[in-house]
Amino acid sequence: MDIPRGKVTAIMGPSGTGKTTLLKLIGGQLQPDSGDIYVDGQHVNALNNKALYQLRMRMGMLFQSGALLTDLTVFDNVAFPLREHTKLSESMIRKLVLLKLEAVGLRGARDLMPSELSGGMARRVALARAIALDPMMIMYDEPFTGQDPISMGVLVQLIRKLNDAARISSLMVSHDVAETMQIADWVYVISEGKVVESGSPEQLRSQGGEWTQQFIKGLPDGPVPFHFPADDLANDLGACL
Amino acid sequence: MNKSKVIEIWVGGFMLAGIVALFWLSMQVSNLGTSYTGDTFHVTANFDNIGGLKTKAPVTMAGVEVGRVTSIVYDPESFRARVGLDIQTTYTGKIPEDTFAKILTAGLLGEQYIGLDPGGAEDPLKEGSEIMITQSALVLEEVIGQFLFSKASEGDK
Amino acid sequence: MITRVLAQLGSVGVSALSSIGRAHLLILNMLAGLNDIIRRPRLLIDQLYSVGVLTILIIAVAGLFVGMVLGLQGYYILSRFGGETALGLMVAASLVRELGPVLTALLFAGRAGSALTAEIGLMKATEQLSGLEMMAVDPKHRVLSPRFFAGLISVPLLAAMFSCLGIFGGWLVGGGMLGVDQAAFWNGMQGGIDFSDDLVNGFIKSVVFGFVCTWIAIYQGYDCIPTSEGVSRATTRTVVHSSLAVLGLDFVLTALMFG
Repeated sequence: MDIPRGKVTAIMGPSGTGKTTLLKLIGGQLQPDSGDIYVDGQHVNALNNKALYQLRMRMGMLFQSGALLTDLTVFDNVAFPLREHTKLSESMIRKLVLLKLEAVGLRGARDLMPSELSGGMARRVALARAIALDPMMIMYDEPFTGQDPISMGVLVQLIRKLNDAARISSLMVSHDVAETMQIADWVYVISEGKVVESGSPEQLRSQGGEWTQQFIKGLPDGPVPFHFPADDLANDLGACL
Repeated sequence: MNKSKVIEIWVGGFMLAGIVALFWLSMQVSNLGTSYTGDTFHVTANFDNIGGLKTKAPVTMAGVEVGRVTSIVYDPESFRARVGLDIQTTYTGKIPEDTFAKILTAGLLGEQYIGLDPGGAEDPLKEGSEIMITQSALVLEEVIGQFLFSKASEGDK
Repeated sequence: MITRVLAQLGSVGVSALSSIGRAHLLILNMLAGLNDIIRRPRLLIDQLYSVGVLTILIIAVAGLFVGMVLGLQGYYILSRFGGETALGLMVAASLVRELGPVLTALLFAGRAGSALTAEIGLMKATEQLSGLEMMAVDPKHRVLSPRFFAGLISVPLLAAMFSCLGIFGGWLVGGGMLGVDQAAFWNGMQGGIDFSDDLVNGFIKSVVFGFVCTWIAIYQGYDCIPTSEGVSRATTRTVVHSSLAVLGLDFVLTALMFG
């Protein structure tokens, strides 16, 4: 599996197939049982702690829940990575933070606490934080889950814009087919920890296999059966009688 | 006032209160506060029996503390207890040589201490002097024994 | 059947061992975080506030009442032997040696320890800890270490306050209500409490309890299953484990110090 630079790559698959695990592997938060991961030529699962932290400074990650620090304001949350990793002056940090917040359209919300934000706003703030250090790549963990159509649209647009404007590589994990197909340049479909198929959205739509078709179109029955494996219904009922 | 300043003040107050509490405990509650830093001179006294006297017990004159017990050793030559006392230097030359030292008890069950009764001699106690006249601690069993003995002898009459 | 029981015992044993191992790795990591705290004392100050300052009230009230009860009970027992003058000594000795450190640690586990576990557990559940890691900030140094040192510093100070207020409470009841001679109260205390034997040993106890309680609280939070049920279980475990550890250690320490 290769993830190209400067493109939006999406990984799709049903829940529980290890999409988030994949992101954690790339971020070096988990160790793979087998196999190797390279980011920007560096062998992630063989890096020592210090080198791993160096590498993580160049990665951004947007968590499903936003993962904002609840005891800091929006402004401080975005300023957090800058304060931790750079020796910039406070006025410089202020400028940078306001620019990042402007990019996600939340400059006016800088004094709010994370608990006062809606889910979509929290995710946008988290996005501003993820790009605060101008990373080379951003990983999105289920960016669209649980969003209303408007915030979804905003996020779709933001992800595309950031990718194109800042030449950031984007890696997205999602099971929201429509939105993902809309912005991804390349899609991997995985199931039970294995890549089933890959291709551009158009390719998948037109030539995808049976499994992919079911997933994309959201058919209730197909290669993935509607029923969880179980004994014959009659047998089960009989056992009750 | 902003929030972080308030937190700083509270934490400062907390640390201060904790340290004051520790200091108060050491000075007011333990024996550290009652041991003086001032200069002392050393005298000794021999007792037949010191009872429950311990080092650091107070030495008093007319109820006023003038010093502390610093050492208690058994002297195998005389078969008596040899008690070392440190008396504050402010009392140098003011305690007569023939002072009477006795071991007393504060209350019925309290700590034992040494009480000094001044004599009438001209010469005072000096560094290294020995208090010659002493009275041992009251040992309950002995007192009871004496009492029973005197009762018995009364009955004989 | 027997093999199943054996296998189960084995897996329980292995998971207990690995849990002990994780707890010790965690404490090493937190101690290593001292560097960060020296560079950024602000982190520690914030935690001293939420761990220490917010616990003062319960410690103060509990200390005062425990002291008052000691004064009453002590008076009733001592007055039978005509030993009311030893009331000061009795109150002070029981507070400084035992009740101060032990009750402070138990209250600390209930008030601050459970809060620490819940806070860290929720930070884990809401991916804040993972988020920090991905921002190349080690949460063990940035989040856990300041909390640990705040607990370690707070407990001895809180125990000292507890003892002070307890003695004050005993004095209020004994000297004020029951008419025990004031001078005898204080003199008996000063004569009977030894600085190194009683005070220093009590202080050492409270430092040990602070270490253990905070460690348990942070470990349970950091190691919990990041769901609401997992956090609530971890919080309960913090209080139970801390209390048992404090009482057990108290026996061991007392035997070592005063035995």
